[in-house]
Amino acid sequence: MSAPTLFGLCAAVLVGFGLYGLMVHPQPLRKVLSFNLIGNGVFLVCAVIARRGASAGFGGDPVPQALLITAIVVAFAASALAVALMLRQFDETGSSSLSPEVAPAPAKSPAKGEA
Amino acid sequence: MSPTAPANLTTPGGLLLVLAVLLPFVGVLLGLLFGGRHAQRVAWLTILVGIGIVFAMVQALLKSGASLVYLLGGWTPPLGVALRADGLSVCMMLVVAIVVGVVGVYANGDFGTPDGQREARGPLAFWLLLLAVWGSLNLIFVSGDIFTLYVALELLTFAGVPLVALDGRAETLQAALRYLLYALLGSMFYLLGCFLLYGAYGTLDMALLAARIGPHPIAWIAAALMTAGLLAKTALFPLHLWLPPAHAGAPAAASALLSALVIKGAWFLVVRLWVDVFPGIVSLPAAQLLAALGASAIIVGNVVALRQARLKLLIAYSTVAQIGYLFLMFPLVAALNAARLDSASAVTGGLLQAISHATAKAAMFMAAGLIYSTLGHDRVADLRGAGRALPMTMTAFALAGASLIGLPPSGGFLAKWLLLSAAIATAQWWWVLVMLVGGLLTSAYVFMVVVRAMAPAAPGWSPKKQVPGYQQAAVLGLALCSFLLGLAALLPVDIAQIGRTVVPLVGSP
Repeated sequence: MSAPTLFGLCAAVLVGFGLYGLMVHPQPLRKVLSFNLIGNGVFLVCAVIARRGASAGFGGDPVPQALLITAIVVAFAASALAVALMLRQFDETGSSSLSPEVAPAPAKSPAKGEA
Repeated sequence: MSPTAPANLTTPGGLLLVLAVLLPFVGVLLGLLFGGRHAQRVAWLTILVGIGIVFAMVQALLKSGASLVYLLGGWTPPLGVALRADGLSVCMMLVVAIVVGVVGVYANGDFGTPDGQREARGPLAFWLLLLAVWGSLNLIFVSGDIFTLYVALELLTFAGVPLVALDGRAETLQAALRYLLYALLGSMFYLLGCFLLYGAYGTLDMALLAARIGPHPIAWIAAALMTAGLLAKTALFPLHLWLPPAHAGAPAAASALLSALVIKGAWFLVVRLWVDVFPGIVSLPAAQLLAALGASAIIVGNVVALRQARLKLLIAYSTVAQIGYLFLMFPLVAALNAARLDSASAVTGGLLQAISHATAKAAMFMAAGLIYSTLGHDRVADLRGAGRALPMTMTAFALAGASLIGLPPSGGFLAKWLLLSAAIATAQWWWVLVMLVGGLLTSAYVFMVVVRAMAPAAPGWSPKKQVPGYQQAAVLGLALCSFLLGLAALLPVDIAQIGRTVVPLVGSP
């Protein structure tokens, strides 16, 4: 099995794990982690494409690598935003669940945060 | 974006595209730097200059009669990145500029920091995010490169999600988080599609991609992934579950932005891809599937809207339904292309539907905000007195509703007329049926709200709060824009079609 095929299969497995996690876990933190797994799978696909596109004398096609850096930064920012929202929700309600039927008991006095 | 035109030269007026994208982001940075009450002034300066830039673009487009192009750094694609604006882009940019301006006027009341009042974080965040939404949308409209579009979509998401949670209540934080998760999954699918297209065809530029793409399995997979990702971001049925709590929970000015503009970003990209990049590989059944989802959205969204007890949720579900209309254009365009007929009228119909919904829905959400301030609640069953206290606002609500229903001479009427004609011309009568039933359901909930609001108030009732006249005037002005948009049919040129080929070159090398 050639290296690109092996890495391509790894990418497919990562995306599969991520999708599974996103669907079955109700906790938002696990969902964000699953999103990162999907992201890593997609980035690995990009790296495989860079390797396959290598021309004579190059180790890889440089364009996908530039895309990859950008996409990683964007995914990092997205995860940070999601975690910030979760922390704020935890501050407000004492829980960070996404399911509305679990009535969250206010852990702290609700008279804080003016934003 | 015509594949035949010499697309690889910076045209006169091309610099305007860069300015239109850069200016709002410069405003965001300056607003962050000065902070506090200065953010509002920076935002207003940016809005005024930005509207000027957009009008200059319209003029440049009309003068040259071709797309505006700018090559970043002078590098031609596939090595460089091109910005392109055809008639579709410029029309959308014009509408976004107008809606942003009117929402800005309205937000002076809700998010203004008059002298003597303490500076708060909410208004600062609102003004910065308003500019960020505008800049990201402009980037989506002018970008000619599918990866730049990915970055623009993410910027739009990052600007839209905090708008949902502007008041920091637990429900809105939860709605924002759910919105973010849907959007992130969507963007990963889109990104995977981009990478696959690059791997198969070695370019990210839309015009080159349109020329190189062929009916290969990898192109189909990429198209399916990108479309599915974008549908999650547009909230097309059945991926709409995040939308109602997010749009109904946000403050009125933010809801107006989210519902009128933010969802149109991903929709515009679907149009770009299906009409300009994928016409050679999109099959009629695939387009029918997309429109079938749209038809389900129209029926489900409207029926659920009828059952809502709160006005803002009713309007949010109405957005779910109106998104459905936006997707009815795809089988019409595909069928017209397949018959080698001019598909321009169907594309213009879809665009007009987006424009009339953007103006009407922004006006409706802002009207709902004024009604909430005046009555202290927005329960649909108990709206009596609103018509007496807010005559201008209720007129605006009724005019915007008329545009959603599609009464002449509204923009909604002209859009539905073009789509209906295209549906009849291509013998797809079922879409006609969906549009008519949807219009009927829409009229039911618009009349329900208006009739209840016109009932006289309870004796001894007085408004909770007097809303300023300029807010009411802004809402009425936007509703009038939507209602009179149908007069665009009288314009001598079809601006939306400038710089576009008449018949896409299906299957040609």
